[in-house]
Amino acid sequence: MKIRLLIISVLLLCTSAFARGKTTFEQFGELKGLTVLMDVFMNELLADPQTEPFFSVADQDHVKKMLADQFCELLDGGCIYRGRSMAESHQGMGVNRAQFNALVECLQRAMKKQKIPFAAQNKLLAKLAPMHKDIEQAATPKQAPKKVIKAGGQW
Amino acid sequence: MSKLRTTLSTAASLMLLASNCTHASGKLLLTGGVNSVEGASGGGLTPWATIGSYATDDEIGANAFYTQASSQQFSLRTFGVVVGLHDRVELSYAKQSLDTGSAGSTLGLGRGFTFDQDIYGIKVKLIGDAVLDQDSALPQISIGLLHKRNADSVTVQSIGAHSARGTDLYVAATKLWLEYSVLVNLTLRASKANQLGLLGFGDATSNHYRSQLEASAAYLLRRDLAIGAEFRMKPNNLRFAREDDWADVFVAYTPNKHFSLTLAYVGLGDVATVKNQNAWYLSANAGF
Repeated sequence: MKIRLLIISVLLLCTSAFARGKTTFEQFGELKGLTVLMDVFMNELLADPQTEPFFSVADQDHVKKMLADQFCELLDGGCIYRGRSMAESHQGMGVNRAQFNALVECLQRAMKKQKIPFAAQNKLLAKLAPMHKDIEQAATPKQAPKKVIKAGGQW
Repeated sequence: MSKLRTTLSTAASLMLLASNCTHASGKLLLTGGVNSVEGASGGGLTPWATIGSYATDDEIGANAFYTQASSQQFSLRTFGVVVGLHDRVELSYAKQSLDTGSAGSTLGLGRGFTFDQDIYGIKVKLIGDAVLDQDSALPQISIGLLHKRNADSVTVQSIGAHSARGTDLYVAATKLWLEYSVLVNLTLRASKANQLGLLGFGDATSNHYRSQLEASAAYLLRRDLAIGAEFRMKPNNLRFAREDDWADVFVAYTPNKHFSLTLAYVGLGDVATVKNQNAWYLSANAGF
């Protein structure tokens, strides 16, 4: 019966973790905090051999500004992201799953360095994770639609 | 002895195969799951829909693990390997030895009698991505089987089991709710196994599959640390000894992608006539 008590305490611990005063945006230090976070994030991206080739050739200040705006919008911080869509901006880059995950880990390291609470980190990641579809699908340039009608006349 | 040697060389060649192919490190930390006591990746007691190792869709990866679970009377040692192919198919092998300690003499088997079994597993991911598909309620769903061969067929039949071999079939659904840092798994298993199969399969008069529900919930405290609880229904086939459902609480620690440690406290209930067993469970996992 000791085990039941233990399970209940674990569940209670889980639920208590949901109750928080600050909004996630505030936990990130608002737009100011996000701007600093992007500097740390970019350094991580340039230090990781899996992500470095993509970011060393980019206009880093522009990327940081776009990411700060995008994250601010995702965290309901009142910003509007006016950059290109994820599919557009990653078109033809050939990003694979391992590289996408490497980027996530760079972001995790940066957030840890900035002492952003782990639960708040996950709230942001939950909004970013589905973007893997656009980012990875853009790996190969979109092919022109194939012609359906063959010479034989089948439709 | 020669069997052990064969097992070890199989394990070694599987690992070599995996390490030669690719350096699999694509998946996010802790998302490879740990190795269940039956080999397949998942929680400690139950297989999840996860595909073991950190290999992504264009990688191959492998884990080797050792697990020791000790209750007042019994001690279960398990070692094995898991190979993850392209985050789609998982192959697993586990070797289990249950030392009955002083209970062995009570059962008339002799003190320290051990039951041994081999478990061969395959799991295939059907749909979904437990980690990345955060915009969808659809979990990651996999199906799998665990084929178990008990080495002590005469003994398990003498205690009333129908057979020394059996195959568990399961479907598992795993979902990480990253927004809440919570992972939930549900597994539905069809099984004839008595105490995982260590006491054989079925009973003398009937040898039917029974459906069992298994559930795990984990809370991520840090990137490298998770706590949680599990529940696993068990069949109760044997007449001579009652078999109870299992439950545990666990903490899993993964300092990096090559190593993880899981500590759990498991309520086993009655095991082979010995009442109210609780076990400490420690599992170490090395990944490639």
